[in-house]
Amino acid sequence: MTKTQTLPLKQETDIVIIRQRVRKAAEEARLGLVSQTKIVTAASEIARNALIYGGGGQCLIELANRDGRAAVRLVIADQGPGIADIERALVDGYTSGSGLGLGLSGSRRLVDEFDLKSQPGAGTTVELWKWK
Amino acid sequence: MSVSQLAELLKQNEEQILDKWLSAQRAAGIRFDLIDERNVQDNSRDLLKAVIMALAQDADDFDAPAWKPLKAQLERLSRTQARQGFSASETATFVFSLKEPLFELIQNQSQYDNRVDLVWLVNKLVDKLGLFSVEYYMAGREAVIREQQESLLELSTPVVQLWDGVLAVPLIGALDSNRTQIVMESLLQKIVETESDIAIIDITGVPTVDTMVAQHLLKTITAAKLMGARCIISGIRPQIAATIVHLGVELGDVVTKSSLADAFKLSLKELNVRLVGNAR
Repeated sequence: MTKTQTLPLKQETDIVIIRQRVRKAAEEARLGLVSQTKIVTAASEIARNALIYGGGGQCLIELANRDGRAAVRLVIADQGPGIADIERALVDGYTSGSGLGLGLSGSRRLVDEFDLKSQPGAGTTVELWKWK
Repeated sequence: MSVSQLAELLKQNEEQILDKWLSAQRAAGIRFDLIDERNVQDNSRDLLKAVIMALAQDADDFDAPAWKPLKAQLERLSRTQARQGFSASETATFVFSLKEPLFELIQNQSQYDNRVDLVWLVNKLVDKLGLFSVEYYMAGREAVIREQQESLLELSTPVVQLWDGVLAVPLIGALDSNRTQIVMESLLQKIVETESDIAIIDITGVPTVDTMVAQHLLKTITAAKLMGARCIISGIRPQIAATIVHLGVELGDVVTKSSLADAFKLSLKELNVRLVGNAR
C-alpha cells in the first residue's frame, strides 16, 4: 500500500471503502486490534458527518510516524456549511440532525489526537491520529 | 482537403482494408473463447463503415455530430466487451490494429503528394478512437462494479426461528445502508407473525459498530419492546465493546451476551424450557 492515499467521499458506499482502507492502514501500522477498531469507527463517524452534514468531500489516509511510533493519520474534509459553535458540537448528545449526538465527541475519545477546524461557510476539516 | 480525400480512398478500398484489418487482428490475437469469427467480422465491417461515413462528412473535429454514430457504435462495442471479460488492451487492440492497413494503403498511393498529412490524420483518428474505446470500456467496467456493490449491499439477512418464541437475526457486513432498515423491519414483522417473545440480534459478523449502527440497534430494540418482545444482542467482540464504551453509547438495560449460544441458552431459560439429555 502507498503511504498516502486520498479517497473520494461522495456517497454512502464510499464510507464502506474508507473504513476498509483505514483498517488496512491500521493493520499495516501494526496497531492493536482494539486500536484498529477504534480508528476505523472514528473514521466512519467523521466520514458520515462529512457526507451528511458537509455534503461530501474527501478522506486522506496516511501511514505516518509519531515520536518514533507507527501511526495512522486521517484528514477528512468537506466543503459544507461548517460548524458555527464547535464547542457545543463536541458536547455529548448534541446533534443538529437526528443522530445520537455522539459522533464527534465519541470520535475524539476514540483517537489519540483530534483536531477539528471549521468555519461557517468554509467547510470542516477533521484530523485524526492513532498511534501504536 | 485531406479528410474528404481520405474518405474517398477508404471507400474505394473498403473490402481490402477490412481483410487486412481482420488479419492484423488475428495476428494480434483474437479471444475466440469470448467472441466468434462472425462477430469480429461484423463488428469490424460496421465500424469501418461508420468511420468512412463520418469522414465523408468532412468533419475533422471529433466532437462534431458527424462522429456521433461512430462513437455510439464504439461505445456499445466496448461496453459489451467489458462485460464479456475482455481486457482493456484487447479492446483497444481491436481499434489500434486498424492503423497498419490504413498506413499501408496510403503508402501505396504514390499519386498523392500529401501522404504524410494523410498518415498523420489517420494516426490522430485511430488514436482518438482507441482512447474512446478504452474510456467506454472503463465506463462499462465501472457499471459492473456499481451493480455488484449494490447487490452486495442488498444481500438479504434472514430472520430465523430458533425455537418456538425465539427469533434470531445474524447480521453480517456493513450496517449503515438502507439494508439495516430492511433487516430491522423484517425482524419486527417476523415477531408479529411468529408471536415471538425473544429476538436475538447477533452482530458477530458486523465489522464496525459506530453511532449510526448503535442507533439502528437501539431503535429496533425499542420498537420490539413496544410490541412485547425482548431483544438480546449477542456477538459483541472485545474490541467492539471497548469502542462502544469510548463512543459513549449507552445500551441501557439491553441484555447482551457474548455469543449466540449464550443468548439462546438465556432465552430458553426465560421461556422456562429445560433441555434434558438422554439418561444412560
